[in-house]
Amino acid sequence: MLNNTDILETIQMIQEEHLDIRTITMGISLLDCISPDIDIACAKIYDKITRAAQNHVKTGQDIEKRYGIPIINKRISVTPVAVLCAGLEEKNPVKLALTLDKAAKETGVDYIGGYSALVHKGFSAGDLPLINSIPEALAVTERVCSSVNIGSTKAGINMDAVRLMGEIILETAKSTADNYCFGAAKIVVFCNAVEDNPFMAGAFHGFGEPDVVLNVGVSGPGVVRAAVAKMQGASIDEIAEQIKKTAFKITRMGQLVGTQASKALGIPFGIVDLSLAPTPAVGDSVAYILEEMGLEKCGAYGTTAALALLNDAVKKGGVMASSHVGGLSGAFIPVSEDAGMIEAVKSGALSLEKLEAMTAVCSVGLDMVVVPGDTPAEIISAMIADEAAIGMVNNKTTAVRVIPAIGMKEGEVLDFGGLFGSGPVMPVNRFSPTGFISRGGRIPAPLQSLKN
Amino acid sequence: MRAVITVIGKDTVGILAKVTGICAEANVNVMDVTQTIVQDLFAMTMLTDISGLQGEFGAFSDKLTNLGTSMNLQIHVMHEDIFNSMHRI
Repeated sequence: MLNNTDILETIQMIQEEHLDIRTITMGISLLDCISPDIDIACAKIYDKITRAAQNHVKTGQDIEKRYGIPIINKRISVTPVAVLCAGLEEKNPVKLALTLDKAAKETGVDYIGGYSALVHKGFSAGDLPLINSIPEALAVTERVCSSVNIGSTKAGINMDAVRLMGEIILETAKSTADNYCFGAAKIVVFCNAVEDNPFMAGAFHGFGEPDVVLNVGVSGPGVVRAAVAKMQGASIDEIAEQIKKTAFKITRMGQLVGTQASKALGIPFGIVDLSLAPTPAVGDSVAYILEEMGLEKCGAYGTTAALALLNDAVKKGGVMASSHVGGLSGAFIPVSEDAGMIEAVKSGALSLEKLEAMTAVCSVGLDMVVVPGDTPAEIISAMIADEAAIGMVNNKTTAVRVIPAIGMKEGEVLDFGGLFGSGPVMPVNRFSPTGFISRGGRIPAPLQSLKN
Repeated sequence: MRAVITVIGKDTVGILAKVTGICAEANVNVMDVTQTIVQDLFAMTMLTDISGLQGEFGAFSDKLTNLGTSMNLQIHVMHEDIFNSMHRI
């Protein structure tokens, strides 16, 4: 029998504490759309996506109504498009990006991810044309997201790709300078990218996935924060227990929505991603959770330890609540999307160096960090290299999504609006890494890769 | 199939009558009602059987939400599965 306290608790979580399903993301394989003729490939892509996802948004809305739980985003991820570029006679693949954009608009999804290449060990045919087209592709499309995997624990780090991606990010920011440099917010550089990530901008549909699949990303920093806030004077063990219990409830909801949506759509259910994804709404912040644990500001000494505890407790609570856990599954720390992080940066408590340390214990990396527009490409490449090294050595996913704010300096604020929030331009260490970055080559895979 | 209707807000005359009126129109059977009043705040939860529901669930839910807005109350209709999955192992 249902009891009143449980019912009111659920409603309180949704109404007051911003509990929601962040995204239901349909993964669609485009392997059957490969063609040497770009127009034929585009037609096949458009047909497949609009056919597979024709009821995606409607299904999401029905579930929102049925359970009274908001589903903020409905998205699509596709096979890394570099594979489709490999056999193309046409060398500029931007038409493919335009087709993805058109299909996204037709199906009504917020974003479509997968304008991607996996180059952790080297470039194959199709990878370079795709990567070089990213600045143009993200400038001429609205909803397309891009990602490039430049390293892995098994393969090491492709330093040629690292060098290239610094330039590509800068160029993408420039090509969208009249639109808040927003292109750069739609590109992620990964180490150890996962194949079933439902979150943007890094979602793509991996090669080991079924033809079509549904993945779910839950949210809920506000709920965790509220739970921790009630625990004045409690020991760390008690806080960890409370976070586990809360994460369990959040994840159960994700599991329910995922199974119901996949049943309604007639496609397999993939995974629930246990990530705590903040939004700029007041209260829905990962930084505030850390502050509730007793830190004056996020970024103070102790932040990394508090975040490690949070990240681990969320996983432990979530893993029992879902039949299949996957994706990135960890706390996100996107600066511009988290009201507490923004305040921490503005007050001087949180620096890029501290953020980097934090990424060693949580998902995912330097995320939605705004840097001065005159930051040299080599410095961005070197940031990518450092993040990738953390991921490679620790067997985890790390990523870099930095936005060079063209024409802006430290202390100014780049305001995207909506879910993406606003980002204070953060100071960057200007000592040059050029000599290191220009060497090229590959960082060998670490000893951790030899597990067999 | 069962759904939970919750009504939260300031206590006024006729809340129960209006909510059950909408249920009756939609052929939704009320199985159980509990209500508490904490200070001035009225909180009612109602367990209903929606297997005979006439019309779309969405339309039924919209009607109640609109009633809530007009009476300055928060009214939610949620399928019982969400509570079962969140609070039961």
